[in-house]
Amino acid sequence: MALPTHASTLERVWHYVYLTICALIFLFLILPILIVIPLSFNAEPYFTFTEKMLKFDPTGYSTRWYDLLLTFGMNEPDAPRDSSWWADAWNNAAWINATKNSIIIGFFSTVIATSLGTIAALGLSRPEMPGRRIIMAILISPMIVPIIITATGLFFFYSSIKIQDWGIPYLGVILAHATLGIPFVIITVTATLVGFDHSLTKAAANMGASPTRTFFKVQMPLILPGVISGALFAFVTSFDEVVVVLFVGGLDEQTIPRQMWNGIREQISPAILSVATILVIISIALLTVVELLRRRSEKLRGMSPG
Amino acid sequence: MLTTVDGKPLKEALAHAQSRAKRRAFLLVLPLLAFIIVSFIFPIGQMLYKSVNNTGFTISKDFGTGVSTPIMTNLAEWFEENPQGTDPDETAYAALAADLVVLRELKAPGQAGTRINYELSGSRSMFTKAARKAKKLEPPFKEAIIDLDEDWADPSLWQAMRTASIAVTVNFYLAALDRKRADDGSVEMVPENRQVYVTLFKRTLILSLMITVICFFLAFPIAHLMATLPMRKSNLLMILVLLPFWTSLLVRTTSWMIVLQSQGVLNDAMVATGILADENRIQMMYNQTGTVIAMTHILLPFMVLPLYSVMSMINPSYVRAARSMGATSWTAFRRIYFPQTVPGIGAGALLVFILSVGYYITPALVGGADGQLISNLIAFHMTKSLNWSLAAALAAILLGAVLLLYWLYDRLIGIDNLKLG
Repeated sequence: MALPTHASTLERVWHYVYLTICALIFLFLILPILIVIPLSFNAEPYFTFTEKMLKFDPTGYSTRWYDLLLTFGMNEPDAPRDSSWWADAWNNAAWINATKNSIIIGFFSTVIATSLGTIAALGLSRPEMPGRRIIMAILISPMIVPIIITATGLFFFYSSIKIQDWGIPYLGVILAHATLGIPFVIITVTATLVGFDHSLTKAAANMGASPTRTFFKVQMPLILPGVISGALFAFVTSFDEVVVVLFVGGLDEQTIPRQMWNGIREQISPAILSVATILVIISIALLTVVELLRRRSEKLRGMSPG
Repeated sequence: MLTTVDGKPLKEALAHAQSRAKRRAFLLVLPLLAFIIVSFIFPIGQMLYKSVNNTGFTISKDFGTGVSTPIMTNLAEWFEENPQGTDPDETAYAALAADLVVLRELKAPGQAGTRINYELSGSRSMFTKAARKAKKLEPPFKEAIIDLDEDWADPSLWQAMRTASIAVTVNFYLAALDRKRADDGSVEMVPENRQVYVTLFKRTLILSLMITVICFFLAFPIAHLMATLPMRKSNLLMILVLLPFWTSLLVRTTSWMIVLQSQGVLNDAMVATGILADENRIQMMYNQTGTVIAMTHILLPFMVLPLYSVMSMINPSYVRAARSMGATSWTAFRRIYFPQTVPGIGAGALLVFILSVGYYITPALVGGADGQLISNLIAFHMTKSLNWSLAAALAAILLGAVLLLYWLYDRLIGIDNLKLG
């Protein structure tokens, strides 16, 4: 957006004001997220920059909160750090257990959401699909309906069918998270299917490929970027979800967000900031993956590379 | 007549093939649809049922054995025989006494009392107390019961019991709208000092509207900048928008708590630079300001993305044409550019509004007392006061509003056009 040479003084002034406003808005977007990173290395239990930190004095920084993260909930956190210490951490540390639970729940709910969602998206993108609009509206609704309503409904539903007595751990939370992840899968996969050339599948069928073979050899490679980014969205949705877990999760089903929620509500300690920092780094990694996938998908479909 | 090779009329064969294609497409969607109906639509339906059906005063369920027993049957019978407005006579009190004995046996006086307590606070203990002495009561029951607690003669209590003796009720919706049944069964407002819900619904709407408007003013310039910059630069800027979008909600809320605390980064910075004196640090958290700031930040990407996708499609030659014909840059913006962005504004504003109306996590953490939204009250009734029917009624009203907006969104923009990054 270069300024034309004939621009008047007023326009020039406005142009720079406008750029400054934009810069401030971008700072508003990004600064609050980045600010937790240095603060998580604070040597003091404060949530603000100490004088030592501002002077870049190394003694003002420490990794004690990361250490606390690891040792919190352990039987013998002060024992020498040998193999039994690590075994203790693996089995008892609260945050490690929360991470395990989050990954298990996230994995299974993502598998359910992605497989069902991808198949449904294939059907939805066919021109002959009956009642497309209303079905699409129903499938996207878990994203729109306030989470507290979903959690309330699931609470009544699960207690009426006594899901916790079925003996399958995490089942209620996994099904709920799969439901919440489905809209994202539908949206991303149908987006890659827009402009999908259906003559390709016809050509494959013409040459004698079975529908299954056509799906795996022709359609799947083309929609794969969409499927993967849908799966990532579904996983992040589950990984970040706290309300449903609070309502329907068992007491032993602690996840990372639930642990954070408790930490923030009860007594916020800088250890929360170190969790936040780790999560920010994970989200940067995920964003990079999704961005690369998007470019690949555009290239595959012959759209201009970003 | 045209026929296919095997002799069928062409029209019939085509219709057959088409219906087969339809079935096949539908079969692909069916598993997911069934899943969503079972795991999402049905639970919400069950919640809606709870909002109009409360069996606290009609059925007692033994959770050990799973057996359900009807309770307060004698009283229900009396209510059926005697229309609204009949003064409770000796037979009514006798029925009550008989029912209290049953309650005592089933260990259910607390449950029945709680149900009446929803309509008339302070009445739960009357039930537990009376049930304890129910066996010793002797006729005349009217005097015996009123002897226990003179509030048993209160006409509003009898009105409450009359309503509660039928499981199906709209009273929880009345309560959710700050209304109640008067002693004669008509609907009236609750006393002013107990009106909470309508105010909260209004506050939710006002704050959501405010957040939507702020989001628009923040999103418009940066979306415009990204749409006009060359692709390479705008993609870099896009990352700045998408990173918050991908970052955990709790992380973003925590960050704002760090920034906005009275001993937090922002206040410290202002004190250090001398803008603010140390003793008058601004309280920016645990109030509405905190809720609005944090929610604006969280929902901003939902406004930027649709705006950007519309703006990047706008042909710049229209504005250039207007300028070449003598329009000032302001006129060209106002008359030519802005009208073309309206679809994006509509999409973004509706999305942000829908999402903020039902927001729970951020207000719960940074909202304090006056920054709470309707979702927080639903959670309160679900987890603290345990008035589930009222929670369900509040949720149903919120759901109605959200579905209306969702329908509007589908009508105006189309769900197909929802994009994520």
